Amino acid sequence: MSTIEERVKKIIIEQLGVKEEEVKPEASFENDLGADSLDTVELVMALEEEFETEIPDEEAEKIRTVQAAIDYVTAHSEE
Amino acid sequence: MSKRRVVVTGLGMVTPNGLNVSSTWKSILAGESGVGFIDHFDTTDYATHFAALVKEFNANDYMPAKEARKMDTFIQYGVVAAMEAIEHSGLTITDANRDRIGVMVSSGIGGLRGIEENHEKLLNGGPRKVSPFFVPSSIINMISGQISMMYGLTGPNMAIVTACTSGVHNIGQAARVIAYGDADIMIAGGAEKASTPLGIAGFNAARALSTRNDNPQAASRPWDKNRDGFVLGDGAGVVVLESYESAKARGATILAELAGFGMSADAFHMTSPPENGEGAAAAMKNALKDANASEQAIHYINAHGTSTPAGDIAETRAIKSVFGKKADQVAISSTKSMTGHLLGAAGAVEAIFTILAIRDQVVPPTINLDQPDTECDLDYVPHRARQQIVDAALCNSFGFGGTNGSLLFTRFTG
Repeated sequence: MSTIEERVKKIIIEQLGVKEEEVKPEASFENDLGADSLDTVELVMALEEEFETEIPDEEAEKIRTVQAAIDYVTAHSEE
Repeated sequence: MSKRRVVVTGLGMVTPNGLNVSSTWKSILAGESGVGFIDHFDTTDYATHFAALVKEFNANDYMPAKEARKMDTFIQYGVVAAMEAIEHSGLTITDANRDRIGVMVSSGIGGLRGIEENHEKLLNGGPRKVSPFFVPSSIINMISGQISMMYGLTGPNMAIVTACTSGVHNIGQAARVIAYGDADIMIAGGAEKASTPLGIAGFNAARALSTRNDNPQAASRPWDKNRDGFVLGDGAGVVVLESYESAKARGATILAELAGFGMSADAFHMTSPPENGEGAAAAMKNALKDANASEQAIHYINAHGTSTPAGDIAETRAIKSVFGKKADQVAISSTKSMTGHLLGAAGAVEAIFTILAIRDQVVPPTINLDQPDTECDLDYVPHRARQQIVDAALCNSFGFGGTNGSLLFTRFTG
């Protein structure tokens, strides 16, 4: 079973078409990984799909880095 | 104001007969059908089980997967055809010329696949499941938009949508943009991917498609007495048009001159032409007038020839009304007999065949024309391509809504 961190990174790699080594915790989707605003919306939708959760728009706007995505999912996933 | 001359310097295509110009043209001259059974969805409940599909196309071979994912299939076809055309033209795009280069590539139908997929997501998961890329990956002018972004082209950027005349109208109007002086070079054409469940169901409901499910490769049979509708085709055609001065200055190879463009409307019926084909005739006459050419100069017509009962007769009557007693001396063919009907891409793909007919001095055939309809009695170049002189040729397109267009290409003689 993959960890949350691994699953989040896998989605980022697929959605943004980036290499695994680029997906560092501090990496910003828009500044470092070449995403535009629409890419970020789609990335959040993919996270919702993977973790069967709904991320409210005001929360989604705060998810701008790899670590922020991992933290959000970790905090909101049902163990 | 005197018009600037417009020439063709680049060609690109993705068709059911090949993934580029050379493979497609080879297949067309060999008289091969690009039609086959639909295998990407279950057609059991559909009246038509076949189409002319593009084979073995993978957008990721041409662009990063991340970009391809944001384009509906018709946009991918259009962009890939444009990449070939620009490369073929030998054009170098720099900061000095990018604002003098524009794009006009469209589609007749647009992103049916994206509409179907996202509507399903909407019904199953609610509005939050609709992709943020649904709208920008489906709209028709996004082919022009994507090409402009890919190459940094900041000249005029448009997309004329006129059903099955879209390709011809884009090329004709792009030439006018150059003739008027708004740009020196235009990337123009059309792209289509309508062979989706909704597309086939819609054209079936309109009783427009052939239902010859026992022999799909014989289904597109323009002017034949046993024709029963058109065959839907997918793909794209894109040309590079250029002012003569621009082409000459950079030493480009000139493939043909776009000497004339004519338009008209039937003002008659949503999907059928008037029996006498007067709208189609007006488009051809206007193209001749625009080129200041006599009908006697025309050696070849790449006809609209869709293989529908009414359309083929109306176009034949239109040609007779324009050419009079000499109508039977013009070579006419419908390449749709091989490619199927590419709707908004048809005029662009067929304009390319017309240009190649002039370049290679050969007329492509009309396949499946075994027993001509008694009302269709002109020289449709049945079964086999024909080597002959082609100095000037017309390319016709007529669309739903009664919209007509005709392009007149000539051999470039300096």
